[in-house]
Amino acid sequence: MKDFAQLYYDLDQTNKTNDKVEILKEYFLNANEEDKKWALALFIGKRPKRIISSTLLREYAAEFSGIPLWLFEESYSIVGDLSETISLLLPPPTQAESYSLSYWIGLMQSMGKKSIDERKEAMIQAWDTMNSQERMVFSKITSSTFRVGVSQNLVIRALSQAYHIDGNVIAHRLMGNWNPNEISFDELILSHNNKDLLSRPYPFCLAYPIEKQVNELGQATKWVAEWKWDGIRSQIIKRAGQLFIWSRGEELITDKFPELQTLLNIIPDGTVIDGEILPYSEGKVLTFNVLQTRIGRKNLNPKILREAPVIVYAYDLLEWDNEDIRGKTLADRQALLNTLVNGLDQNAQIQLPPSIYFNDWDELPAIRTKSRAYMAEGLMLKRKESIYQVGRKKGDWWKWKIDPLSIDAVMIYAQRGSGRRANLYTDYTFAVKNGEEFVPFTKAYSGLTDKEILEVDKWIKFHTKEKFGPVRTVDPQLVFEIGFEGIQKSSRHKSGIALRFPRMLRWRTDKVVNDINTLEDLQQMLAQYEKGL
Amino acid sequence: MDLIEFREKGMYCSVGQFYIDPYKGVDKAIISHGHGDHARYGSKHYLAHPDTVAIMNVRLGKVNNYQGLEYGEEININGVKISLHPAGHIIGSSQVRLEYQGEVWVFGGDYKTQDDGISQAFVPVPCHTFISECTFGLPIYNWKPQAEIFEDIHNWWLNNQQRGLASVILAYSLGKAQRIIHNLDLNTGPVYTHGSIYQLNKALREVGQNIPELPKVDLSIKNKGLYRNALIIAPPSSAGSPWLKRFSPFSLGVCSGWMALRGSKRRQAADKGFVLSDHADWVGLNSAIAATGCERVIATHGYTQIFAAWLREKGYDAFAQKTLFEDEEQSKEEVLPNVENENGEVN
Repeated sequence: MKDFAQLYYDLDQTNKTNDKVEILKEYFLNANEEDKKWALALFIGKRPKRIISSTLLREYAAEFSGIPLWLFEESYSIVGDLSETISLLLPPPTQAESYSLSYWIGLMQSMGKKSIDERKEAMIQAWDTMNSQERMVFSKITSSTFRVGVSQNLVIRALSQAYHIDGNVIAHRLMGNWNPNEISFDELILSHNNKDLLSRPYPFCLAYPIEKQVNELGQATKWVAEWKWDGIRSQIIKRAGQLFIWSRGEELITDKFPELQTLLNIIPDGTVIDGEILPYSEGKVLTFNVLQTRIGRKNLNPKILREAPVIVYAYDLLEWDNEDIRGKTLADRQALLNTLVNGLDQNAQIQLPPSIYFNDWDELPAIRTKSRAYMAEGLMLKRKESIYQVGRKKGDWWKWKIDPLSIDAVMIYAQRGSGRRANLYTDYTFAVKNGEEFVPFTKAYSGLTDKEILEVDKWIKFHTKEKFGPVRTVDPQLVFEIGFEGIQKSSRHKSGIALRFPRMLRWRTDKVVNDINTLEDLQQMLAQYEKGL
Repeated sequence: MDLIEFREKGMYCSVGQFYIDPYKGVDKAIISHGHGDHARYGSKHYLAHPDTVAIMNVRLGKVNNYQGLEYGEEININGVKISLHPAGHIIGSSQVRLEYQGEVWVFGGDYKTQDDGISQAFVPVPCHTFISECTFGLPIYNWKPQAEIFEDIHNWWLNNQQRGLASVILAYSLGKAQRIIHNLDLNTGPVYTHGSIYQLNKALREVGQNIPELPKVDLSIKNKGLYRNALIIAPPSSAGSPWLKRFSPFSLGVCSGWMALRGSKRRQAADKGFVLSDHADWVGLNSAIAATGCERVIATHGYTQIFAAWLREKGYDAFAQKTLFEDEEQSKEEVLPNVENENGEVN
């Protein structure tokens, strides 16, 4: 496992893309078959099941390190990463043996049937053979928190360079739910006639936010504008009489939408549709809040299905008549899609989204301002001639989102960040005013520059009123403009509301605490948002 | 009776009527060491180790109100016996021992227990009350022997030479820089220093410190190829500055205790972090405190609350005390007053 732990550290310590690709390539060319298969699985997020809860992991580590648990917790709050904390605290190893990554993963998988005591014993014995780097990586794998700052694209590039295979082919081979226990590295990556898994989706084509003025994109007639929907981007696959639905996060979500099984009878075999699952009732898209009530639920009872009905808005066709048609132009693909969907029942659970007609770029800004009325996040601009690309590529697809909702709030609590921000106060809680009282309503972590973070961090250290464990209460003085994409009712929060994607848009050094918004302002925003205003 | 009180202007001994490392100008100041947060302008009389006096001459300007006191030598101010003892932090760094009517207090200043070969090594001083820093007062900080760190530094340097890269090390110009120079194998390749380090080295040589004379990075060096195999030592404030560009292509290494944490290492955007600190690590702090035989510990400067709570569990009468001392390994280094232009050249 030393080489894998070293790989992790090397990747972690460089932010140069080319270096990362080179480091990965070296690893793939030198590691043994089993190790590189598991490394690949870990890199693309196929983590083995957690075998030890983080609470137990802390207890074992504190015990093995000979320090009280409270001191372990304090250390953790400074380091900001549990596994790194463990690696810094454990005493030096006493065992000289060294084992491979796949050996440890095998051991972890055999732990499922073992008792808690046996797991503890195994964990401590494992630590006792490892250096500090290995301990960190191992702890991350056992607690199922292994993540590395390498995008799937970089892994694909490294594999592509190592084995001289086209990147798009590799991207496709990595899709879907292959199980590292059932397939070898060679079968997965190198075999030409890879027994194409029936359910395997295509890599999603993704868009960048538009950087320039729309009229700089050239002739308007060469472009299609679509609403940018605020639902679950999905691929609907029907092959060999079976239906598979994949989310953009590459999760198989077929079971989460039992009502979409009706599509099985109406879509022909050998079809893959790219579209959006949206909450929908009586001819109208509903707010994403409605969908949120059913995502993540294990048991979908009839009441939930009734209260949060869904539909698929289809906007692209990737496979038709068992043939991969991603190389055709968008115009051709959409023509086929239109024929398919228009031939279905009007009330089918798959429909074409409302079109946007425009002749000139000048017309688009006004259309875009209507996004919220359509429950859309803005517009998508797609070149009619574009093929369906793999991943995020610049040039053919752009997203043009509407401005976020925003509100001025004051910081009242601060907590240390993790990872790159460990040791700095970067996680803040914000409040609005309700009379004389400050009501916390959201946390936010991102949006400040590194320089601002340092400044705010210093300010916090000098304006702390109280400390509760890792949390500091600060003087309510610093005002920030908080941006967010959505707002909904929440009984779990004191303020009665919850935000989607909150972040700091600006540090308002020009404002004082008397200038911030009130709870009433937030409630009004909620009422308007739910009406699509 | 408290021999030292914590006042607005800093640590004050009311019996002796003097301050130790005051934050503002006072009448009498005892200075533990030459870093900017401990040795500040504006006092009428200063007392410090002669090497610290030499450093103050460079950093605070040459004036005639500095009095030197050798380690172990004792003087008496208003009935309080005062002596300085090696703290092992940087050249000239001292612990300040105060004794009055049999009661002994020691202010450890900034200290480290590891012998770095250039600062006189830390010696524990028996006392009743010990004022201890705790910059790295958590069990996650455990330093490796410095020989291992210097082996890493040399390997990195050699590797950079093979790849055609200059090696730039960011290290605090007072203390860390001299420690690195002292422990480098100068046969590995040429070593250049930033102007601020060059100037301090010169001043320290004048008071008899054995620091090799190394060329400074200078605008007059037109042949950038000279830097190719070289190791360049620069203060942390030069990170990201145009001054650094002349060495391109280079690899950037940072020497600091904070490099123990991945987060700090990434924030620095360094290619390589070397965990090398002039402060005591967890084991160092605990062993230093135990060796004083003290009953009471006042924790300042660092993870004070946590460290004091830990010491209380161990049976000490310990508490945390807020001070204005900073941590030079994390703060951006102050530049020398009026002697550097924006390129870091000393005029």
